[in-house]
Amino acid sequence: MFKIMCKLLAIASVIFTTSVHAQSLLQLEVTIPRLQVAEYHKPYIAVWLEDQKRNTTQIAVWYDVEMENGKGEEWLADLRQWWRRGGRKLEMPIDGITGATKGPGSHKITIDLASLLKNQRSGDYKIRVEASREVGGRELLQIPITLPIKSKDLPITVTGKRELDQISLTIKE
Amino acid sequence: MLSTNIIKLAVVTLTMITISIPAHAHRAWIKPSKTVLSGEQNYVTFDAAVSNTLFIPEHVAFRMSYLSATSPDGKELAFENVGKGKYRNTFDLNLTQSGTYRVGSASSGLRASWKDAEGKRKRWPGRGGPAKGETFETAVPKQANDLKVTYSSYRSETFVTLGQPSDEILAPSNKGLELVPVTHPNDLFATEKATFKFYIDGEPAAKTKIEITRGSMRYRNAPETINVETNAQGEFSVTWPHAGMYFLEASYEDDKAEAPATKRTGSYSATFEVLPL
Repeated sequence: MFKIMCKLLAIASVIFTTSVHAQSLLQLEVTIPRLQVAEYHKPYIAVWLEDQKRNTTQIAVWYDVEMENGKGEEWLADLRQWWRRGGRKLEMPIDGITGATKGPGSHKITIDLASLLKNQRSGDYKIRVEASREVGGRELLQIPITLPIKSKDLPITVTGKRELDQISLTIKE
Repeated sequence: MLSTNIIKLAVVTLTMITISIPAHAHRAWIKPSKTVLSGEQNYVTFDAAVSNTLFIPEHVAFRMSYLSATSPDGKELAFENVGKGKYRNTFDLNLTQSGTYRVGSASSGLRASWKDAEGKRKRWPGRGGPAKGETFETAVPKQANDLKVTYSSYRSETFVTLGQPSDEILAPSNKGLELVPVTHPNDLFATEKATFKFYIDGEPAAKTKIEITRGSMRYRNAPETINVETNAQGEFSVTWPHAGMYFLEASYEDDKAEAPATKRTGSYSATFEVLPL
């Protein structure tokens, strides 16, 4: 019953597409594939918002944040596009953005995406997700979005071929 | 036996002479292991050699004494772990400041050729460089048959960046033929267009001839060299067809030399890394 209520609430907020409430229900999920390889290392992953002029807003960076003396930062440049599109300007780590690498499976982005998007101007954007794995490959995916985001446009899912599985922007249930 | 030794000695001497003027006849290159680096600090290792097949060391090493490295703040940076090989020299740079570093070699000066009383062709400096204490004034006659004096400049370099690219060390010295980036040399991507300018003694170098060749030449049949020329503003653009390490060679020539030279020439080369999108 509670679940149904929640769903109803979600639907209600979907109708008022631009309401803060509706946006606070936004969720981004990144799925890292399980790979059958001889030597597996968890990938470095960066997630960011990019406008049409390539201005970026950071959403998440998962790297070897625990290594001593910032050693884990030495491979951040392998996230090539992220590095170029703002990563190289940053002082790592960043509270609320950076975190440890994650293994195969589905991972929810913890940042309040709704508030982050609400602070942006209206227009076309891309949520970009880049993955780079040691002894592995690199992959870059993007979810095109228009702000303010309309619930009718959701969910949006893109699927990678190698280093990333599904990336979904959904309304929380 | 004796004659064989003499021949051997002659060959060795000739080889040494060739190295001392790397710009001529062979490609002199400095190849970094990577050009885009992250971290609080990091290391880049370099190979420096003179050889035509890019980037296979197979002729002679690039003399270490010709090379120097500059930090983003303009200070000279010491080479670490220098290793002298037959075909190439290697060295490391410890990058501790954020920004763009330059590694290279540059020189400029007067050259002359003339015919002596017997009609024999003479050159200064000789192929091994000027003799000790010898200057243009003391070595070249004021008047001679077929006397040609050229002011020539030579530069070979490469760039690497730790963190955010910077521009300080990219400013031209206004001496010789120099590359002035419009696109940062450590921000190059396959399928994208990059724009650069060439300056000669601080002025736009129009009609500079440029050849751009990707490395790994050994593993393809065609050299796939891109030929371009600078416009009146000294500018040119290139769209990188593939990711890889590229070698850019440029040459410039005019008659706007200061006396006693009547001809001015510039020769430039650089190694650039182009990353896949």
